Amino acid sequence: MEPINQFTGTVCPINRANIDTDQIIPKQFLKRIERQGFGQFVFYNWRFDDDGNKRKDFILNDPQFADAEILVAGENFGCGSSREHAPWALLDYGFRVIIAPSYADIFYNNSVKNGILAVKLTDEEVETLLQKSSAPGFKLHINLEQQSVSDDSGFTAHFDIDPYWKKMLLNGWDEISVTLSDEDRIRQFEEKVYGKQYS
Amino acid sequence: MTKKTVIEKIWENHVVSREEGKPDLLYIDLHLVHEVTSPQAFEGLRMNGRRVRRPDLTYATMDHNVPTINRHIVNDPISKTQMETLKQNCREFGIELADIDHPDQGIVHVIGPQLGLTQPGKTIVCGDSHTSTHGAFGALAFGIGTSEVEHVLATQTIWQKQPKTLQIKVNGKLGFGVQAKDIILAIIAKFGVNAGTGYVMEFTGEAIRSLSMEQRMTICNMSIEAGARAGLVSPDMTTVEYLRGRRYAPQGEEFEAAAKAWLALASDEGAEYDKTLEIEAAEIEPQLTWGTNPAMGSGISGVVPSPEQFEREADKESVRHALEYMGLQAGMKLTEIPVDYVFIGSCTNSRLSDLRAAAEIAKGRKVQDHVTAIVVPGSQTVKQQAEAEGLDQIFINAGFEWRESGCSMCLAMNDDIVPPGKRCASTSNRNFEGRQGSGARTHLVSPSMAAAAAVMGRFTDVRELAGVNQ
Repeated sequence: MEPINQFTGTVCPINRANIDTDQIIPKQFLKRIERQGFGQFVFYNWRFDDDGNKRKDFILNDPQFADAEILVAGENFGCGSSREHAPWALLDYGFRVIIAPSYADIFYNNSVKNGILAVKLTDEEVETLLQKSSAPGFKLHINLEQQSVSDDSGFTAHFDIDPYWKKMLLNGWDEISVTLSDEDRIRQFEEKVYGKQYS
Repeated sequence: MTKKTVIEKIWENHVVSREEGKPDLLYIDLHLVHEVTSPQAFEGLRMNGRRVRRPDLTYATMDHNVPTINRHIVNDPISKTQMETLKQNCREFGIELADIDHPDQGIVHVIGPQLGLTQPGKTIVCGDSHTSTHGAFGALAFGIGTSEVEHVLATQTIWQKQPKTLQIKVNGKLGFGVQAKDIILAIIAKFGVNAGTGYVMEFTGEAIRSLSMEQRMTICNMSIEAGARAGLVSPDMTTVEYLRGRRYAPQGEEFEAAAKAWLALASDEGAEYDKTLEIEAAEIEPQLTWGTNPAMGSGISGVVPSPEQFEREADKESVRHALEYMGLQAGMKLTEIPVDYVFIGSCTNSRLSDLRAAAEIAKGRKVQDHVTAIVVPGSQTVKQQAEAEGLDQIFINAGFEWRESGCSMCLAMNDDIVPPGKRCASTSNRNFEGRQGSGARTHLVSPSMAAAAAVMGRFTDVRELAGVNQ
């Protein structure tokens, strides 16, 4: 996956709590056997009506927000199904950073593993950003090393992130290679539990 | 000796490595695989020249996409490709597969327990959030994403931060006509869809102890709808007796030894949890969701709430939006809501006891003319057992369709779709917008409540119908 550290992008707000993965990527698009190409289907039922026409009242259909790279949303973002197609779709569409007060556990893990930085801010900070970003063209600067989010008019916020996830994101590491680089400990565990090794 | 919860005991038995500043590396005892979330993982292995480390601990089936009318006619070519891809991957990597023609085929969370693959003390993962179902056995079972599926295939381990523990205590005895589904829906309605985020839940209390294994599965299945990746019940004699004689469970003397070890895994008396929430079983009535997440529900005697009843602006907005999507007015009695479709099935409620409960209500009654009602058994085995008892005939005589096993209308990835604007009484687990079809309106209920809705043509307090049969 691609490393991420300093990132500046335009912001799109979706002021809803509990945005579930069925909304992020409806199930009819889960049938592909590739990882790419899901961006066109992101938030499909909110973006398109039953005839496939763009819904005028959905923010991503506003040309001023269509190129946003940072998504700000309400609490418990990504709840529901474990489908990794959700972060694949967000990333493929162009979102590199998500900001919300909280995330569903599986979605959070899935995001990190695809190089999406899911930033947790307080309810008040997210509320501020939801308001600020309702004006088109609003930009935020993210610095993962410093764990900070800021804008050009005085907003700054600090966010917490697990040091392990931070390292993975900063380096863009492939987790399987990391695990297998120290395969001995797996062998030792297998020896202890199963009385034999499996590699 | 420190008193421990079942969660901590299982965790400690599986830590491969623990280092400061890192999650723990956990060993996985059982990896279940299905066609939708695995193709990219196998592709990743191939691209990197990796193999599956423990095919002997990996078991696959196809369930999400499979047709439930004629099993061999897959109309959607992309579904077909996904099923074919799983077959090829299992062949290439040496994984046992219950494919569409196999007598063990079924919903992955139905067949794991049924075959005895699911056992107390195991760490179990699957690329599916309802893996929490297996927690009913006192296993630590949770859903993972496709990158994690690939990681488990390659290393048989997963990086996990040790979760906090949340005890959900269900006190007292359940009232007449109240089922396991009602308990979990009531828990989610009371504590919310993210009450369990960051936690593993353990369900305890008299009401939980008295439940059968299948009922416990229904409850653990929906832990994820309360935000908890995993939910479990400490093993007891109910667990042991369920597993005795199952194909993949230990046999003979080995079983007795295993049973002893399983029982020892139960949470110690006085073990501490990071948080405890309690609910009184006697207060739970048959439940029904009215909104677009599983917490938007109440007892059947209730009414559709008004957005103004909610304190936070965000909740008001969510409820307003949900009522609009669901086509409901605040103040309407829940028993006045009509239904067009009824779905009895899914990893939540498609086991033999679920079908029996629904059949009891359906027996001697007729599905209303305007209602399409389908019954989809959780596995081929459940289907056969139900047929041996004559449940299929009860359903068919009442006007239900009797189908082949699969995930079906729970997520409508096959042809079983609720049309836009139509309202479905569903025994599944998610009432999200569009879940059962674009524009479809889902109300989550227990199997007997679903059957009652089918024969009445509207939601009904099942206790009124059940009383008549008694």
